[in-house]
Amino acid sequence: MSTPNTYTRPIAGWWRRNPFYRAYILRELTCVAVIVFALELLVGLWRLVQGPEAFDAWRASLAQPWVIVVNCVVLALVAWHAWTWFEVMPKTLPFINLGGRRVPDRAIVAAGAIAAVVASLVVLFLFLTL
Amino acid sequence: MGAAQKRKIRIECLRYQPGVDAAPRTQAWDVPFTDDMSVLQGLQHIKDHLDGSLTFRWSCRMAVCGSCGMMINGVPKLACETFLRDYLPAGVLIEPLTHFPIVRDLVIDQSDFLAKLESVRPYLIPAQPRTVGEGPYRQTPAQMDAYYQYSQCINCTLCYAACPQYGMNTHFTGPAVLALLHRYNEDSRDAGKAQRMEIVNAEDGVWGCTLVGYCSEVCPKGVDPARAVNQNKIESTKDYFRNLLLPRGSTSR
Repeated sequence: MSTPNTYTRPIAGWWRRNPFYRAYILRELTCVAVIVFALELLVGLWRLVQGPEAFDAWRASLAQPWVIVVNCVVLALVAWHAWTWFEVMPKTLPFINLGGRRVPDRAIVAAGAIAAVVASLVVLFLFLTL
Repeated sequence: MGAAQKRKIRIECLRYQPGVDAAPRTQAWDVPFTDDMSVLQGLQHIKDHLDGSLTFRWSCRMAVCGSCGMMINGVPKLACETFLRDYLPAGVLIEPLTHFPIVRDLVIDQSDFLAKLESVRPYLIPAQPRTVGEGPYRQTPAQMDAYYQYSQCINCTLCYAACPQYGMNTHFTGPAVLALLHRYNEDSRDAGKAQRMEIVNAEDGVWGCTLVGYCSEVCPKGVDPARAVNQNKIESTKDYFRNLLLPRGSTSR
C-alpha cells in the first residue's frame, strides 16, 4: 500500500554525489586493467605456440618504452583493484574466533594483503632465479 | 533566550507539499543554535518558531527509535545524533532519505521497506516448539555472539538510502532486511532457514548486491548489513549446489 502523491527523485548521476561511490566506481572500472593484463599474457601464450621466433617478437614488442609505460600503469591499476577487494574481504567471511576473541576486520584485511605480497615476491624470485 | 547573542547557522531543507509542488524545492532559514544542539533540534526550532508547516519524523532523540533518518549534506544520518556545530560556517542541507518516495518535506514512504521486513519471517521458528512450562529456549553466550550485532538494527533505513542498487531497482530486498534475515538464520534457537532461503536465493535477494559497502558505513548501530548480505551469497551458492546434487526430497525443499 503506497501513499498517493509521492515524489521520487531521479537517481541519475548517483555515483558522482559521494566520495564513497566514486571509490566504488574506481574499484569496478580498474577491472578493465585486469582484462588488459590477462589478454597480454594470452597473446604471449599464443605466440609461444607459434614457435621461438614468434615468441621472441612478442617479447621484443613488450620491451618498447611505451609498452613498458602502459604496463606500469596497468600494474598500478591491478594492484589498486586487488587492494580494494582485500578491503572488503571481511564482509565475505563468517566471524572468525581465535582464542575466544573475534579476529578484527583489520587483521583479516592485513593478512590477505600480506599473503598477496608474499606470493608475488615468491613468483618474482622464481622468475628471476629459474 | 537571548537569541540576539546566539550564533546562527543556515539550515536549508528540501520541501515538497503534495498537491501544491510539482517537484521539490528548497527553503532556507538562519537558525540560532548552541554547541550542544543536534540537527533535529535545529529542525524543531524551525517548526516551533519559524515555519510550522515543515514536516519531519522524530521520536526518541537518542538514536534508538530510527525515525529521524535524513540526508544531511548528502549523507544518510540520524538527525538526533548529528550536531549543527559540525556544519559551520557553510550551513547544512537537509533532504529526505534518497531512493524512497517523498510523502511530504522530509518524510518518506517506508511501505516498501516494511512489507519486505515482514516477508523474511523475522521471528524465531523453533524446530520443536516448547510450552511455557518447558521453559525458555536456551543458548550460550558464544551462540548469541553469532547474531547479536545483526539484531541491533533500528529500521532507520539509512542503509537503503546508501544503497545505489536499491535506488536503481527497488525490488532488491536490500541491506537491513537481509541483515535481519541473517540474524534469525544465525540464531541457534531457530530452524526456519529453509523457509528464508527462497528470499536469499532470489534474483532480488542477495544477488542484487554488488558490495558497494556504503550501507555498513552509514549504519548508526554497527550492524554491518553488507557482511550479512555477502555471507548469504556463500549460503545461497551452497544451497544451489545442494539442491542440484542431492536427490529430490532429501533437502529442505
